[in-house]
Amino acid sequence: MKKRSLAKPLFLIFFLTLIAGFIALPDQFANFQKPKIDFYFLGKHIYKDYQLRKGLDIQGGMQVVLEAEMNEIPEEDKTIALEAAREVIAKRVDLYGISESSIQTSKANGQSRLIIELPGVSDPAEALELVGKTALLEFKLQRELTDEEIIEATRSPQVWLSSFVDTGLTGKQLKKSQAQLDPQTSKPTISLEMNEEGRELFAEITKTHVNEVLAIFIDGMPIMTPVISTPILDGKAVISGDFSVEEAKNLAIQLNAGALPVNIKVLEQKTIGASLGDESIQKSIKAGIIGLALVLFFMILYYGWLGFVASISLIIYAILTIALYKVLGVVLTLPGIAGLILTIGMAVDANILIFERMKEELRSGNPYARAMELGFGRAWDSIKDANLASIFTALVLINPLNFSFLNTSGMVKGFGLTFLIGTLLSLFTGVTVSRLLLRAFLPIFNRPKKEDGKSKL
Amino acid sequence: MNLMKFKKIYFLISLTFLIPGLISLLLFGLKPAIDFTGGSLLELHFSNQENFDLRENNFMDDLSKLYETSIVQSSGENKVIIKGKEINNQEKDELLSKLNESYGQAEVLRFETVGPILGAELLKKTLTAVFLVASIIAFYVWKQFDELKYGLCAILAMLHDSLILIGAFSLLGHFFNVEVDVLFVTALLTTLSFSIHDTIVVYDRIRELKRKHPRSSLENIANAAVLETLSRSINNSMTIIIMLLSLVVLGGDTIRWFVIALLIGAITGTYSSTFTAVPLLLVFEKKKN
Repeated sequence: MKKRSLAKPLFLIFFLTLIAGFIALPDQFANFQKPKIDFYFLGKHIYKDYQLRKGLDIQGGMQVVLEAEMNEIPEEDKTIALEAAREVIAKRVDLYGISESSIQTSKANGQSRLIIELPGVSDPAEALELVGKTALLEFKLQRELTDEEIIEATRSPQVWLSSFVDTGLTGKQLKKSQAQLDPQTSKPTISLEMNEEGRELFAEITKTHVNEVLAIFIDGMPIMTPVISTPILDGKAVISGDFSVEEAKNLAIQLNAGALPVNIKVLEQKTIGASLGDESIQKSIKAGIIGLALVLFFMILYYGWLGFVASISLIIYAILTIALYKVLGVVLTLPGIAGLILTIGMAVDANILIFERMKEELRSGNPYARAMELGFGRAWDSIKDANLASIFTALVLINPLNFSFLNTSGMVKGFGLTFLIGTLLSLFTGVTVSRLLLRAFLPIFNRPKKEDGKSKL
Repeated sequence: MNLMKFKKIYFLISLTFLIPGLISLLLFGLKPAIDFTGGSLLELHFSNQENFDLRENNFMDDLSKLYETSIVQSSGENKVIIKGKEINNQEKDELLSKLNESYGQAEVLRFETVGPILGAELLKKTLTAVFLVASIIAFYVWKQFDELKYGLCAILAMLHDSLILIGAFSLLGHFFNVEVDVLFVTALLTTLSFSIHDTIVVYDRIRELKRKHPRSSLENIANAAVLETLSRSINNSMTIIIMLLSLVVLGGDTIRWFVIALLIGAITGTYSSTFTAVPLLLVFEKKKN
């Protein structure tokens, strides 16, 4: 009766471990190349490629914390200005070809900040040039092209770009831009408002160039090429077109980057060469494997076949953890790896608590199977209470709501996250998986060991 | 066996570990890293040099003429970590080109610059985090065990562990130039959670035994609870210590002191649950009577 009810969950765990093991495997292992999940199933393309995401301290790169100086920008526009600066920097970083970069904004101590991570960048001067520039917004008119030039322009973007001429109108004369809905058509539009100086210049340009293209450039690249439909004398223009609300918002943000120039000051920079991380990760992995082996050895030595079951759970734990890191996209930092290795040591805690309880129940004369069930039941209270405290600590370290009064450093968060995942997973493997395995192994191990089992335990 | 008879000995053991650290803390304080003070850190690798040794050649003298350093230390073969006042990229490049003239091309492994504002802010955040964790846990233990004294004793045990860890790093800082950085803070917070983890397990057992034997004295119950949880406590720390020790011995230099901080925390956290948190509980109980 019992055996049958065990088969299903056991099979489930076995299957789960198998899948996790496949995900956790490195792409290349000695001569073995891991097959990719890339096939068609019922006409659907299924493609999954899980990779461990490496933090800056492992793969090398640069982290810069910038202060956005916005003393000259009116209070109500500061949030827009910061968002605009972020958007422009993100665009530049993308164009430069840095993948997996991250740019966050934060407010602390009345300062607005940009926290930028650039993996793979090793030249700080180059990177600072990239992120530290203020956006340059220009309005340019497109001159008449000859037929020959038109043909050439379709072939070479360079020629096309050179067909735009400066008007003298720049971000300095733009006061603000906003995405809004046209009250009549309820389509998204973008409004522009010029300052006093810009109003006259804008009026002049729009009067003399009706039906011509007045392109808007940021950092030398066109973001929009609207056509002037009527002369605009009051400096307030509306650009309508076929864009979604999202696109309109995005364009307005970029325009604001030119209108609300934010000066950038470097508060902190960290550059880490790739070689340092490589060496550290090799060493850490070695340390982790040897440590794991020693823990397994210790558990089997001390607890006999109970320890053997705990060892299987611990191996399942290690496999599930790595697979979960890959699936959730946990960014692995060196402190994060230390956290992972630490949790391997802590994961057996639940098992130890249970086994010690089992021993007590055996000592007070309970038969083996009953002692086991009692052990699990009694140990659960302590396990639950103790682990809740760990979870609180992990949450303070991770700071999931990004409270500005708590830590926001990526390294500390990385450690906290591995600590949290470890605590939760170890509850699963240490309690649920171990219990299943013990129940399954019970008939095999119990019989021959019954005699000396009592005296030994 | 009555373990709780030797309360004084346990407190004495705690004091022998607490006092040197506290004295060092008062005399020398901690060595804050640039994370807290602001400044620059430059780690270089002189790959062209054979057996680059800081002590043997004039590197230190040459360097001190070029740059106001606070700490220069070797960080492995032909590698050196230089810490000092805050410099920007340009100043770093100038320093490098001058060093390159006499010592050959150096590879920059790390370059970090932290402004003074961020440092001060971090200190505040750190204290907030420690305070937050401590109060959440105290409140939780108080509610869980229905008596304020459990929460108080758990906090005192946590304070004991934190002070031992901070004191140890004050000594390490004075004698080995070990600095206190963001990661140390992380280790400190983790120590709080180690400490409480074990304490809860023992308290849990006390609560259970109290229900079973409502007439027994707290001392007898506490003693039984400690005896019953002792081997679990030791075994669990053993596995944690095995993992951390293998990281200390085999892991890289970058996180070594972080791991050592965790190790100290794991050991004192285990000790304090049995030999600080429980005896303190008995002291409180006595006072009440």
